[in-house]
Amino acid sequence: MHRIHYRQLAAESTGFWGLLGGLAAIVALGLGSAYYMEHNGHIVTGMTNQIVWGMPHVFAIFLILGASGVLNVASMASVFNKTVYKPLARLSGLLAITMLVAGLGVLVLDLGRPDRLIVAMTTYNFKSIFAWNIFLYTGFLAIVGAYLFVQMDRKAGFLTKPVGWVAFIWRLALTTGTGSIFGWLVARQAYDAAVMAPLFIAMSLSIGLAVFLIVLILTYQWTERPLGDGLVNRLGRLLGIFIAVVLYFVAVKHLTNLYAAEHAGVEQFILWDGGIYTNLFWLGFVVLGSLLPMAILFSDGGKTKYGVLLAAGLVIIGALSELYVIIIGGQAYPLILFPGMEVTSSFYDGGINDYSPSIWEIGLGLGGVAFSMLLAVIAMAALRFLPEDLSDEALGLES
Amino acid sequence: MTTFNIVDFVNGGASPSDFSQYHSCGQGQCGCRKSADGDDAQEPRVRADRIPLPADMPDDARRAFLKGAAAMVGVTLAPGVTLFAFGSDEAEAAVKPKPADQPVSDKNRWGLLIDVSKCEDGCDKCITACSKENGWTLGGNPKTDAQWIRKVTVRNPKTKATATLPLMCQHCKYPPCVDVCPTGASFRRADGIVLVDKHICIGCRYCMMACPYKARSFIHEPLEDQKEYAPRGIGTVESCTMCVHRVDEGRQPACVEACPAEKGKAMLFGDLNDPNSEISKRIAKFRTTEIRADLGLDLGVRYQNL
Repeated sequence: MHRIHYRQLAAESTGFWGLLGGLAAIVALGLGSAYYMEHNGHIVTGMTNQIVWGMPHVFAIFLILGASGVLNVASMASVFNKTVYKPLARLSGLLAITMLVAGLGVLVLDLGRPDRLIVAMTTYNFKSIFAWNIFLYTGFLAIVGAYLFVQMDRKAGFLTKPVGWVAFIWRLALTTGTGSIFGWLVARQAYDAAVMAPLFIAMSLSIGLAVFLIVLILTYQWTERPLGDGLVNRLGRLLGIFIAVVLYFVAVKHLTNLYAAEHAGVEQFILWDGGIYTNLFWLGFVVLGSLLPMAILFSDGGKTKYGVLLAAGLVIIGALSELYVIIIGGQAYPLILFPGMEVTSSFYDGGINDYSPSIWEIGLGLGGVAFSMLLAVIAMAALRFLPEDLSDEALGLES
Repeated sequence: MTTFNIVDFVNGGASPSDFSQYHSCGQGQCGCRKSADGDDAQEPRVRADRIPLPADMPDDARRAFLKGAAAMVGVTLAPGVTLFAFGSDEAEAAVKPKPADQPVSDKNRWGLLIDVSKCEDGCDKCITACSKENGWTLGGNPKTDAQWIRKVTVRNPKTKATATLPLMCQHCKYPPCVDVCPTGASFRRADGIVLVDKHICIGCRYCMMACPYKARSFIHEPLEDQKEYAPRGIGTVESCTMCVHRVDEGRQPACVEACPAEKGKAMLFGDLNDPNSEISKRIAKFRTTEIRADLGLDLGVRYQNL
């Protein structure tokens, strides 16, 4: 491998400022949506007393999973000794921080009382996985910050491996915590499963790598820096494996539920006659978000940047679809108060709950995604995150 | 977990200093609002559970006096106003008031027993009473309006048999809502009543995801005209408080009080820890059911003939 030189993004071109302005505009729309929601109350959203978590949570969990998963590229270099990925480690760490900050931002702005953030930061119930997660998230930011520092500082480089190990273990704990938010919900048919934690870890790997590939390919395309097909192809094949792992855990989750008669109802709802949820699961997640990108990545399509870019985009569509099915679909199916009985009430007991996301919720979620990218672009322009040359020759790869 | 005294909460300066963080500002700044019609406790109505008694009266004497007064009121007021329609034995359901300067004790475990066979289809007096007592109303947005108590109809699809029953917070001994709450806003008092501290609830709704009974509501819109003893606030979560303000005064929850007595009350309130209480005697004598007993949450609300 040649010596790798890192260089900031040139903050000169019209394209750069246009991108920055566009992202800032979407962030502003997100903030405006949050303000409107908080000013009027959640009555202006599609969320109800039946569907208590909505579109903001889909985006927030997407970003949080992506944050822990995108760090995997750095872990491959410093934990698993795949030195070819070492030049990518800085970008990996940067995106991990910006995506987590944005995901948490969306979660906080969706709170009923976001003004009480200080309460959430100072008053804890340590039996709550939510409270644990607050430490896991803030700890992650600190550790990945240190990880970036030891990578970028000339004298601290020898610490990269131990700090990388801490970051790797921490990110596994973090995603376990995120999955357990659902896995430990004993009352709901769609959750209450230990497999939610490893499923979320698998999803984080595929989301994170898909986001990384999209950012990498587009950034190198726009800045006209060399990016080797061999490198992209390798990462693409890894993405294909991650997609298969996600499919495996999703299959285990549903097959386990199908075996138990008590869960037959919720499984029939998600897999067969749940309308939007069934469609999103089979078409959005399985076909478009998993089988199609795998077909691309394991064929000649995976040998080109555009093929990998397309596959990564499809993975993100699939992940959002599956998160929508898990989060919203899991609430749309009613709580079982009296097993085997038909239940009705003025509070919508016993029926399928409907949900239509409002423009404000979608605005807040997209604002969060844009915020993560805005932070990343600013950081890439300010500090040396991006190698000048990622051609296969520079990396010592056979193209 | 710090015990929380709703009377201290309402009375402001009378509270011990360590509860000061829970004080209602009374001006709407903290999510509370002053009641538009003033303090309900100062209404000049004669009610058996509000007869002023000497502060130094022994508890036994106080109890005997209350029972006698209840019997008297029972024959002098209209049936709908009668508190203790069950007669003297049923009057055991009344509870001793808790002095405002004393913490809640785990010697008591307040609970409800609901006889489903006596709960009439179409009767919603418990709901109306709860709504009036605690100041929540259905405002035309059924999907987002709060419902602290609701009537649920259960139908067996094989036998077609139906039953109707009131459902509210089940005041679990091991409440999932308390487990998951990140700030501890959702908490269980030592006497078994599960509450939300509106001052540290951040509105994350995780408790609503965790509650097996769908007992909690999120406040989706700005509110006005709240009761001082039942503070509510936009962006926070709430549920049945078992009328904790009444219980601390030695009174019964509004739903129990309003439950019609003509055919025998369907709802009974009392101390599950007291083997001599009417509720304990009934639970010992008759088979009762906990909803989703498989979850092992040890509920404070039991159902009979379900």
